[in-house]
Amino acid sequence: MTTLLESPSERGRYDAGVAPYAEMGYYDAGYEPKSSDVLCAFRITPQEGVDPIEAAAAVAGESSTATWTVVWTDRLTAHERYQAKAYRVDPIPGAAGQYMAYIAYDIDLFEEGSIANLTSSIIGNVFGFKALKALRLEDMRIPTQYIKTFQGPAHGIVMEREYLNKFGRPLLGATVKPKLGLSARNYGRVVYEALRGGLDFTKDDENINSQPFMRWRDRFLFCMEAVKRAEAASGEIKGHYLNVTAADMESMYERAEFAKELGSIVVMIDLTIGYTAMQSMAKWARRNGVLLHLHRAGHSTYTRQKTHGVSFRVIAKWCRLIGVDHVHAGTVVGKLEGDPRTTAGYYDTLRENVIPLNPGNGIYFEQEWASMPGVMPVASGGIHAGQMHQLLDLFGDDVVLQFGGGTIGHPDGIAEGATANRVALEAMVLARNEGRDYLSEGPEILADAAKSCRPLARALDLWRDISFNYESTDTPDAVATPSY
Amino acid sequence: MRITQGTFSFLPDLTDEQIARQVQYGLDNGWPISLEFTSDAHPRNAYWEMFGLPMFDVRDASAVMREVRRARETHPNAYVKLNAYDARYGRQTTALSFIVARPAEEPALHLERQEAHDRVQRYSILRDAD
Repeated sequence: MTTLLESPSERGRYDAGVAPYAEMGYYDAGYEPKSSDVLCAFRITPQEGVDPIEAAAAVAGESSTATWTVVWTDRLTAHERYQAKAYRVDPIPGAAGQYMAYIAYDIDLFEEGSIANLTSSIIGNVFGFKALKALRLEDMRIPTQYIKTFQGPAHGIVMEREYLNKFGRPLLGATVKPKLGLSARNYGRVVYEALRGGLDFTKDDENINSQPFMRWRDRFLFCMEAVKRAEAASGEIKGHYLNVTAADMESMYERAEFAKELGSIVVMIDLTIGYTAMQSMAKWARRNGVLLHLHRAGHSTYTRQKTHGVSFRVIAKWCRLIGVDHVHAGTVVGKLEGDPRTTAGYYDTLRENVIPLNPGNGIYFEQEWASMPGVMPVASGGIHAGQMHQLLDLFGDDVVLQFGGGTIGHPDGIAEGATANRVALEAMVLARNEGRDYLSEGPEILADAAKSCRPLARALDLWRDISFNYESTDTPDAVATPSY
Repeated sequence: MRITQGTFSFLPDLTDEQIARQVQYGLDNGWPISLEFTSDAHPRNAYWEMFGLPMFDVRDASAVMREVRRARETHPNAYVKLNAYDARYGRQTTALSFIVARPAEEPALHLERQEAHDRVQRYSILRDAD
């Protein structure tokens, strides 16, 4: 068991026994981080009576070289280099007992191009540490030297747009519903109707893999018939995210190869497959010219609670390094957790080349991406055409807006639901580009567009009063949180 | 059939006044405008013919609109699209693209299938005219 001891002043650094982490070199208030260091901001909640500086030093120690007692074998190494160093510990305003600990890690601690190694170090052991009540990794500054060891997005936003020939507007998608139970033939029908109606993408849900009611190969065949029919009916390039998530890499490669053979422009994986499998699939996607969509299945188990786990902004950075082309990043106005400023921080992290320090959006470090292409964020879950002005204002053009229920639940049919969304989107982009105050005039712009588009009129009427206005759990501390 | 490539294809055809406002938006962003035309709007046709070079130094929406009208008159039975290009570092790609003229009768596309192994189909999208 680890105890955090008072230091007897006569102790030497290498005397056998248990010494405070801070005195073993894991806290250094004078340390100036190098441009090549990995920097982490941890929200720490020490146990009663534990000094926050010692707690921060313990996090630095346990996530780098330390063990619970002094080991003489440290003296066989240039250990000062390998010791992570807590260099700043700030109380968090308005959150008694919580502190933000800033810790620097030398780049030598990490294997090049390996998220598995990076995460085994930084979040490997330390979250179970008894001296802390709770721990959360809020942000991480990845040095450009380390960024350059990763592949990055298989294609990235710019390449994806050039591939799709779609510019200057958000992309539109929908997840096939009901998410479980449809036969392959019925499932493909939903894909066909949604794509021919005007969507750019349809999507398997995270838990659609290869179940008794629909095996993966049958789904792929019917979906590609649907995609190709819709391309011929519209003259546009379309895609269905074929989820290749499976129990082992061999099966995932088999499914991805089959999707490619059928001419699919995109495949999909779930976050649950793990970082190494994601990196393998990103390499496959780059090699084969197939876009890679990531569903962040499972992330809320460790991203949502404010004092525990890993912020999604850190997961977003890892996903960009890993090399996916799409990742779900929240809707703000939809049914799932997402404070507006925190979500804006995720979108910046995925899309921009330089993200300045912005604690109001939860960005604790400036991050430079050294020209690594951006990841297309996906806004999915409980959004509908009547929110188009808000969605365009929140997310801009480089986003996939996914209206699942908002397409398939349309009273006149799936294609009509898709058309309603596409018309609403194009009308809003047109108005924005004309310089109109589209955020406040949004409802009138939609009503005008609905005059020549009955499906939009029906959609606006049906979902007029739907909103999901709950307080967010994960919010920045620096500013008050607006709600939608 | 109505090809729905381009940003505003699901809206009623834009008037020249509406097009001019989109041009102005592009120019205000520092995006040079270019025009392209084709009779083959196949979804994979990435290279429509260029109607002159991108208008890098044109700052006036009405001058762009004169070119739009000239392109339509020169190629009366073609698709014409208008592109705005963002040359900034980090983008270096098209920022906005939409169709500003269509043939009186747009050729339809159809799907051809070739039977392959184990229920696999090989798909080709062809124009009815071909």
